[in-house]
Amino acid sequence: MASNGQPKILVFSTEKISDPALDLAGLLKKHYPFTIYTISVPCSSCIKPRWIMRAFDKGFSGVFIAADGTDCSYGESCGEKTSQVVTTTHQLMRDKGLKPSQLKMAAICSVCAEPVVKHLTGFMKELEKMQS
Amino acid sequence: MTKKKIGVYVCHCGGNISDYVDIEKVKEAVKDEANVYLLKNTLFACSDSSQKEMVADIQTNELDAIVVASCSPKLHVPTFRGVAQRAGMNPYNYVQVNIREQGSWAHSDNPKGATEKAILLVKAGIARAAESEALTSSKIPAANVVAVIGAGVGGMRSAIALADMGTEVYLIEKEKNVGGHVANFGSLFTTDKMGYELSANLLSEVKKRENIKLFTNAEIVEKKGSIGNFDIQVKVDNDVLPLHVGAFVVNTGFDSYQPQQGEYGFGEQTNVITLPEFKKLIDNSSERLIFNGKAIKKVAYIYCVGSRQNDEGDNKYCSRYCCTAAIHASVQVNKKFKDVTNLHFNRGIRTYGKQELLYEESSKNGDIYLQFSLDSIPEITQKGGKTFVKVKDILSAGKEVETEADLVVLVTGMVPRENSKLASQLKIPVGRDNFFNEIHMKLRPVETVIDGVLIAGTCQSPKNILETMNSSMAAAAKINSVLTKGEMTLDPTLAKINPSQCTWCGKCAEACPFDAIIQTEFDGRIVAKINEANCKGCGMCTPVCPTDAIDLAGFTNAQIEGMIDALAE
Repeated sequence: MASNGQPKILVFSTEKISDPALDLAGLLKKHYPFTIYTISVPCSSCIKPRWIMRAFDKGFSGVFIAADGTDCSYGESCGEKTSQVVTTTHQLMRDKGLKPSQLKMAAICSVCAEPVVKHLTGFMKELEKMQS
Repeated sequence: MTKKKIGVYVCHCGGNISDYVDIEKVKEAVKDEANVYLLKNTLFACSDSSQKEMVADIQTNELDAIVVASCSPKLHVPTFRGVAQRAGMNPYNYVQVNIREQGSWAHSDNPKGATEKAILLVKAGIARAAESEALTSSKIPAANVVAVIGAGVGGMRSAIALADMGTEVYLIEKEKNVGGHVANFGSLFTTDKMGYELSANLLSEVKKRENIKLFTNAEIVEKKGSIGNFDIQVKVDNDVLPLHVGAFVVNTGFDSYQPQQGEYGFGEQTNVITLPEFKKLIDNSSERLIFNGKAIKKVAYIYCVGSRQNDEGDNKYCSRYCCTAAIHASVQVNKKFKDVTNLHFNRGIRTYGKQELLYEESSKNGDIYLQFSLDSIPEITQKGGKTFVKVKDILSAGKEVETEADLVVLVTGMVPRENSKLASQLKIPVGRDNFFNEIHMKLRPVETVIDGVLIAGTCQSPKNILETMNSSMAAAAKINSVLTKGEMTLDPTLAKINPSQCTWCGKCAEACPFDAIIQTEFDGRIVAKINEANCKGCGMCTPVCPTDAIDLAGFTNAQIEGMIDALAE
């Protein structure tokens, strides 16, 4: 939890697709809670469940995967493989007494500034409810 | 091996970062982080002087990694990789931290929060740099072929420039004819050349070049791939052509602002027309200026219609070309017709550069300039079948002036063309003004965040023909410099196997879409091996390994988990 008591969210974005959407949100001054932190990776299907579990272990309340979806330049199987990462991690979360709803995934395109902000602010509200 | 001597640079970006992020607090918070050897703040990290200072720092202090906390990686990763390289450091021992787009700008409503976030982001960058490894880039073939989208004068200019530099060009035009708006223009400032002549000359040059293939009535229906190797399907009339290109130059032009019903009487009073309509009227009239059967003796031009709007309108920007275009039209009127009075109701004339000569000529011709502000716009009224324009003239200390006008010309600006289908296909970012958005208007003015998709001309922002040509040539030169080598340098983010942990289950090979995983023998066992020629660095193979024997270079467990730990503080 951050200094203001707000839940912390770790976002895994992708370098070419969803991270530019977050940059565009900043450029357009579309504000979202500052306790949302991003780690950018080449493709959302490379995210390891152990990284997500590490985030929960270290105190993040939620993890959001800003996935490439059909835009992924590495191939159409990206969405399916990222979903598999989520499914595997959900099981690990259940085993640890975490709620699967603390891990979310959505396809975010490079110009999806408004949708990504909506997703993240909505997710923050859900986590705040869970926390209260 | 953990890097022990890390240099950290925190950038103010003028005030873009430091207006919201307390840089001193960031420095104070990270100065005692493990392995931080040198810590500096800089007004502009990307400036030549800062880059030279970094090179000197790396060499003098024998730094083994650097962290630059400034803007988006999309903007300056090549800049600082270059710094590292010039200093003799492997460029992959440099880590970029984004405290602007995802820091100061995203949280400009909360400077305290923006500072708290910046501290953790810099700490995460330091953690990643500490675990960074020296990497070597690989190369793939790239097609020296460009699809130029839009065959207006800018698109044709890009195509000609590219062809002359040896690049093959597919020039794709949605309409039946080329030349866009300019093909319908008459006399142009400064040379009095006709717009249709300019367009025809460019088309003639296009046709002379065998390495330009022009498709009209054509549009992209499908796109796959990435820079250097895009596969597109182009619908030409009723046929679909498969084409292989290395990049795109998007030059799709603008639309003219269409006034709202009733805006300055438009659509309600027949003698209220737009500037493009008036220009056609001038071109099509000879000896006398006649509109709807009536001789025109007094023309009132209302400026900034659809531009520089207040909160009720979307178009906050100045459309740049319209002051000059309106004054040019009035000068043409004076040249072509006798005894016509031009009254310019403006919000401050913006005829920059050589266009000022036109303003001077118009003033010498006796044109009358009256200035209004947005909170007191001109009123158009009808009295006894006559049209009157009333305004509080700022230049006469706010005195109310009313004059009769035979014709009211609304000086309409440029608006973004409806191009959502193309924007979606090529994933072109759209800015706050709804024009296509470049990475940086000064530093990377024709590139978008999508590698291999460049923008030029008025699809990017309002421009006159000269400025359109400049950006079209710039886009051509930029992309040619990338594709002309015939190969692209890829990030060396390749998967790597730890053979002592691998038990060969084959799951990684199944997950890899590029057949980049093969079998090999290690210590008498079959294990996985990366075929580096095929590996694209997506990392799809890494999460499926049951023994966690695969890491992605640059995104190793040690690096990512180090970042997570730092961000979780």
